[in-house]
Amino acid sequence: MISVLAVEIPYWGQSLLRVLGGLVAVLLPAGAIVYLFLFKMMSFMQSRLGPMEAGPYGSMQLLAEVGKWLQKEDISPDNVDKTVFKLAPVVVLLSTFLLIVVVPFGPEAVFADLDAGVFYFLAVGSVSVLGILMAGWASANKYSLLGGLRAAGQLIAYELPMVLATLGVVIQAESMNLNRIVEVQNTEAIFGFEWLGNPFVITQFLGFLIFMIAVQAELTQPPFDMPIAESELVSGYMTEYSGFRFLMFFIAEFATAGVFAFIAATLFLGGWGVPFEWFGWDNLDDVSWWMNIVGPLILFTKMLALVFVIMWVRFTYPRFREDQLQTFAWKFLIPLSLANIAVTAILKVAV
Amino acid sequence: MSTTEEELTEQELAETGVDPDQIEPKHAESNYAAFIANTNEGEQLLKPRSETTADELLREVGSVLRMSEAEAAQLGDLPDDPEEDQTMILNMGPAHPSTHGVLRLMLELQGEEVLRCKPVIGYLHTGMEKTGETLTYMQGGTNVTRMDYLSPLANELAFSMAVERLLGITDEIPERAVWIRMLMAELNRMSSHLLFMATNGMDLGAVSMMIYGWREREEVLRFFQEVSGLRMNHNYIRPGGVAADLPPGWRDGVLRLLELIPPRLDEYDILLTGQPIFRDRLQGVGVITPNEALALSASGAVLRSTGVEWDLRRDQPYGRYDELEFDVIVGSYGDAFDRFAIRLAEIRESMKIVRQILDKMPEGNTRIQDKKVTPPPRARIDESMEALIHHFKIFTEGFKVPEGEVYEAIEGPRGELGCYIASDGGPNPYRIHMRDPSFAHVQCIPHMMRGGLIADAVAVISSVDPVLGGVDR
Repeated sequence: MISVLAVEIPYWGQSLLRVLGGLVAVLLPAGAIVYLFLFKMMSFMQSRLGPMEAGPYGSMQLLAEVGKWLQKEDISPDNVDKTVFKLAPVVVLLSTFLLIVVVPFGPEAVFADLDAGVFYFLAVGSVSVLGILMAGWASANKYSLLGGLRAAGQLIAYELPMVLATLGVVIQAESMNLNRIVEVQNTEAIFGFEWLGNPFVITQFLGFLIFMIAVQAELTQPPFDMPIAESELVSGYMTEYSGFRFLMFFIAEFATAGVFAFIAATLFLGGWGVPFEWFGWDNLDDVSWWMNIVGPLILFTKMLALVFVIMWVRFTYPRFREDQLQTFAWKFLIPLSLANIAVTAILKVAV
Repeated sequence: MSTTEEELTEQELAETGVDPDQIEPKHAESNYAAFIANTNEGEQLLKPRSETTADELLREVGSVLRMSEAEAAQLGDLPDDPEEDQTMILNMGPAHPSTHGVLRLMLELQGEEVLRCKPVIGYLHTGMEKTGETLTYMQGGTNVTRMDYLSPLANELAFSMAVERLLGITDEIPERAVWIRMLMAELNRMSSHLLFMATNGMDLGAVSMMIYGWREREEVLRFFQEVSGLRMNHNYIRPGGVAADLPPGWRDGVLRLLELIPPRLDEYDILLTGQPIFRDRLQGVGVITPNEALALSASGAVLRSTGVEWDLRRDQPYGRYDELEFDVIVGSYGDAFDRFAIRLAEIRESMKIVRQILDKMPEGNTRIQDKKVTPPPRARIDESMEALIHHFKIFTEGFKVPEGEVYEAIEGPRGELGCYIASDGGPNPYRIHMRDPSFAHVQCIPHMMRGGLIADAVAVISSVDPVLGGVDR
C-alpha cells in the first residue's frame, strides 16, 4: 500500500497510516454487517422492514445507535471490581484489532506479513476469552459469572476444531504465511483446470465446514450463543454493562465476525486474489499494483458472503444446551477434523 | 439491649394496650432485613441449604415434589457443607426475559444443575377477584376477561356460563349465540397457541420464530377486532349470549384464516418440529408422570402430554361440542416436546372444529330474549316505558341473581378454566373465583425442573406456558 504511492513515507507516517487502516478494516466491516445483516436481513427474514426512518432505508440508523449509546450513563454497580470491569471490553476489542494485523488485503496491503500468520491468528483469537472471563467475574452478578464461565468452556472447546481445520489448509499450502496461502490457491490448478485456481474450499470442504462451525461458536452466535443466551442468562457477561462499554462489546462482536470471515475467506476462498491465470501472473511478485486497491474490495465481498451464512444460521436455529454443545465439539467435530488432517496428509504425500 | 430499655418498652406497650408477646422480637440485623422477613415475599424466598434444616427441606421441596420422607432426607444430605459453598441460589425474575411476565423463580444451582426451585408469585396481583365482588354481573365480563389475558374469550365464556347456570337459563341461550361462542373460543385457542409457538421458539433461541408466531396470532386478533372491536379484553361473550351478532362478511374472515394458517404451520414444522437442535433441547426435558400431573391438578396440554386423555370439551361437553368431530391430542412421554407437539396439533384440531362450526352455524338471535338479563335495544327505549325501566335497572343496579353457588369449567387454551361464583341474591357476586390452569401449572414447574440445567429450566417454563395475569388475578 505504501510503495504503491511511489512516495517515500517516513516511519511515523507509515505507522499512522497503519493505525487508520486498522480502524477502517475493523469498523467498516462491523458497520456493514450490523446494517446489512442485523438490521436489514434479519428484518426481511422476519417479514418486517427494519429501520426505515434515519436516512434512506435507515442507512444512518447506525450513527443514531452509536450516538445513543455514547450518551448513556457509564454505570458500574457497587460491588464490581472496578478496574477489571472497565478493562474487560477493551481487552475484547483489542483481540479484534490484533486479529486484523495478519489479514492480507492485497499483495502488499498487509499490516504485518508474518511468516507464522496462521499460528498468530489462532493464538490471539483466544485473547477475547480473557476479556469475557474478566467481564463475567468482575460484574459481581451471578448471570454474568455463569455467562463468563460458559464462554470460557465453549471457546476452549471450539478452539481445537478451528486449529485442526486450519491445519489441513496449512498442510496443503505448505506454508503458514497467509499471503502465501492466497498465492497457492490462485496459482495452483485443480484437476488440471487452471481457470478457477484451487480455492481450498473445494479440496478442504470438510475443513471449511468445521472451520465455519467453529467460527460460529467462537463468535458466540446462535446456535452457540450460550454465553449471552438472552432467554437464560439475560445477557450473560454483558448484563451489567451499559453505555459505551456495552457498545465496545457490541462492536467487538460484529467486528470479530468480520475479521474471522476475512480469515476464512483467505484460507478457503482465495482471499483477496482472483485466479492469477486470468491476468497471466505467475506468482505473488508478478501481481499488478492495482490489486492492492481491488484486492480489499474482493476480500470484502467474500467476507460479506461468509457473514451472510453466519447470520443466516444465527437467525434460524434454536440454541444448543451447554452439554450438547460440548458433546458436539469433543465427540463429533474434533474426531472429524482429525480424520480430515489424516486424509489431507496422506493425500499430500501420495499425490 | 439494656434492661432499662427493655422495661421501658414493656411499660410503653402496657400503656398502649398491646400484648408484648404478640410483637415479634426485634431483628438482629438492619430494619430493612426485619421488614423483609415479615413480608410474604420474605417468607417465600428460597433459603440457602446451610440455613435450611431437613424438616424445612421436606416441607419446602418434599411437599411440592411429593417426596417420601426418605427421599427428602436424602436431598438434605446432598452437598450439605456450609463451609464449602457448593450451591448457589439464583434469583430468576420477576424481571427476566423468559419468565413470561412476572414469574419469579428461585433456583438452587450446583454448577448449572438445578437442585431446587421455588416459584414466587404475586407480582401481578391486582385483586381482580375482589374487584369482581363490587361489579354487577353485567360488568363482570370486563373484569374476568383481563385475568388470563391471552385467552380473554375463554374467561368470558366460563364467567358467562357460571352466571347463566345461577340464573337457570343455561338451556335458553339462543343456538346462534352458543355456536358463536364456540367459534370464538376455538379461534382464541388458536391465537393463544400461536403465541406459545412464538415464545417457545424464542426461549430456545430461535429468534425469528418469535416474530412468525406473533404475526399469525395478529391475523386471528384482527378477526376478533372485526367482531368485537377490540384485539384483546373483548367482553364479547356476556351472560345471556354474545354482545352482538357477527359482522357481515365474517365468514370470509374466518375462511381467510383457515386458508392462511395451515401453510404457516407447515413452516413451523420445518423450523421447529423437525429441527434436530430443537428436538434435542425439548425431548426428555421437564418430564412429569401422569400420577404427579393429576396430583398437582394439572390440566390441558400439561396433563395430556403425560398420556391422560382429559379434555373437558369431550369429557364434560358444554356448548354443542358433543355435536362436533374432533380428536383429543395426547402425548406419551410427558416432556416439553410433547407439550409443544400437542399445542401445534391442537391448532390444527381447532381449525377442524372451526370448519365444522362454519357449516353448522344456525341463524337467529344472539342474546336471550329475557328482558331481565338482556338490555332492550336502543329504539325500544323511545317507545316503551317498560323497556326504559329495564334499561335503567340493568345499567344502574344490575340484574339480580338467585342465591346459590356454582362452578362451571371449560377447556381453555391452557387447561381447565373454571369460574366459581357464590351469590347472595344481589346484583353483585358475593364471591367470585377463577380456577386458572396457569396457577396449577406453576406448581408443576419445580417438579419438572429438578435435575435439569438452567437451559432446561427455561424450556420448562416455556413449555408450561403460564400466564401470570391468570396466576395472580
